Amino acid sequence: METIWNGILQAFALLLHGDAEVLEVTLLSLRISGLATAISLLLGLPTGTWLALGRFRGRDFLLSLINTGMALPPVVVGLWVSIFLWRSGPLGDLRLIYTPTAIIIAQTVIAAPVVTGLTVAALQQLNPRLSLQLLGLGASRTQMIVALWREARLPLLAALMAGFGSVISEVGASMMVGGNIRYQTRVLTTAIVLETGKGEFALAIALGLILLALAYVVNLALTWIQQRGTQS
Amino acid sequence: METHHDPDAILEMLDLQVRRGDRTVLNVDSLQVLEGETLAIIGPNGAGKSTLLLALARLLPTTQGEILFRGQPLGMLDELSYRRRIALVLQEPLLLDATVFDNVAAGLRYRKLPSLEINRRVDEWLGRLGVAHLRQRQARKLSGGEAQRVSLARAFAIQPEVLLLDEPFSALDAPTRLRLLEDFQALLAATSITTIFITHDLDEALLLGERVAVLLEGRLCQVGTPEEVFNTPADGDVAAFVGVETVIPGQVVSSSEGMVTVKAGGLQLEAVGEAAPGRSVLLCLRPEDVTVWPRDGSPHSSARNRLEGHVVRTAPQGALVRVVLDCNVPLVALVTRASARELELQEGTPVTAAFKASAVHLILR
Repeated sequence: METIWNGILQAFALLLHGDAEVLEVTLLSLRISGLATAISLLLGLPTGTWLALGRFRGRDFLLSLINTGMALPPVVVGLWVSIFLWRSGPLGDLRLIYTPTAIIIAQTVIAAPVVTGLTVAALQQLNPRLSLQLLGLGASRTQMIVALWREARLPLLAALMAGFGSVISEVGASMMVGGNIRYQTRVLTTAIVLETGKGEFALAIALGLILLALAYVVNLALTWIQQRGTQS
Repeated sequence: METHHDPDAILEMLDLQVRRGDRTVLNVDSLQVLEGETLAIIGPNGAGKSTLLLALARLLPTTQGEILFRGQPLGMLDELSYRRRIALVLQEPLLLDATVFDNVAAGLRYRKLPSLEINRRVDEWLGRLGVAHLRQRQARKLSGGEAQRVSLARAFAIQPEVLLLDEPFSALDAPTRLRLLEDFQALLAATSITTIFITHDLDEALLLGERVAVLLEGRLCQVGTPEEVFNTPADGDVAAFVGVETVIPGQVVSSSEGMVTVKAGGLQLEAVGEAAPGRSVLLCLRPEDVTVWPRDGSPHSSARNRLEGHVVRTAPQGALVRVVLDCNVPLVALVTRASARELELQEGTPVTAAFKASAVHLILR
């Protein structure tokens, strides 16, 4: 009990002190997970829209793949991204293993199915005749899709929040493809694993608090936008 | 009225078929929609009415046949530019989660009209549909009637060449529906936009339709003026669907104590209802409400309307006989076979026909 209490006190001291390394790890985490979420949105929003509105053979199969992808274990993603990016792997020549880019790739593989799957759900909850109505008012296909996104903006924001949440808290894949290299690929989650292993509970707790605060602030901002949307 | 390959036709359907699997859900041999007219398409649920409307909006692929728009096959026209010449209103208002203004502006923004013009048209149509005060209201906070008015304003603001309406009044409660129908009728008269509207409600068809097309089980059974369709159904199916077989157009002469006197075919007929003198009306009668007896007989009847005429023809219909009469206005009566024998009803028999003022279904035009 004393360890925990001391840990928390030291954590606050570290935070108030503005430790340079802690700050760097935090900013890197934010940059990597933010980029991975943004890329997931760029991939997941059109794919999810296509799956939600399209009627074609194999659609159900693709949807089941996406839904499975939403529960993809990060270590499995880490394993496969490692294999591909390994020096002797198919994409080894790109020399990306143990770089922030590798973590972004792995986190994108984790977040993209989440964003895609929730985009499908968000659009499918709209009245199916709405797209007919929009086309019947002279909307082009693109104008119709933009209008549908606008209609589903609240659940789409939830998809974005879930995507960010799935990667900011993820540790397995980041550790495997990033290597937890100090000043290079160390992010909040991998740093917590390392410091805990070393018995540096104060630092681990401090990093944990930052991680929670970060997730909270980002989600608070998105929730604020979402709720403003429901009230207007 | 029916013309083939009419240069006045804005839309023509030729040998049109839509199949789902091996089931034909729509089969229209030929149907012309004339420029400026209001065509009511009636039929029970599942008759293929919405399928027809979506096919006309080019939102549903057809299996066979052709739709011509101003003489050109739809397939030859650019899909988007065709859709931008029409407007579709569905049964539910399906408004966007935005302000009333943004909803009515939607179709105009899709067409990239200048904002001044958008403002002008939105304000004009919100005003004409009586919802100008809701301009900045959120669409999801509107009542059903308000929402449907906004939905109609959204379609009218586009100033389409053809307005396609899929049962736009059916989800509304009766008083709201009546008020909106009256306003809508006035707007149609003022704008003369070609309008095709679907309904399963015969009153709506009679009220708004200059012509009526009857669609039963996907098949176009009859097209004609409301009087034609209701007085002389093309077949038993149409007769069974329309129910009323006598529709007499007339004009209100006077009105008092909940009764109106209507001048029709040189006769003065009475009906229960309210209508201002001068108003055009339709008197609708069910054949079972018309009684018939020989001209020289004098039965006791409290019926307000007694007409002299003769039998045009008789047709057995199950246990009954359908008697078509000419009493200066066309009239159809249903009598039992025994009565028909006793009264010696046959072609040319002079008769007196009667019906109660309360049996008349009065429709204001």
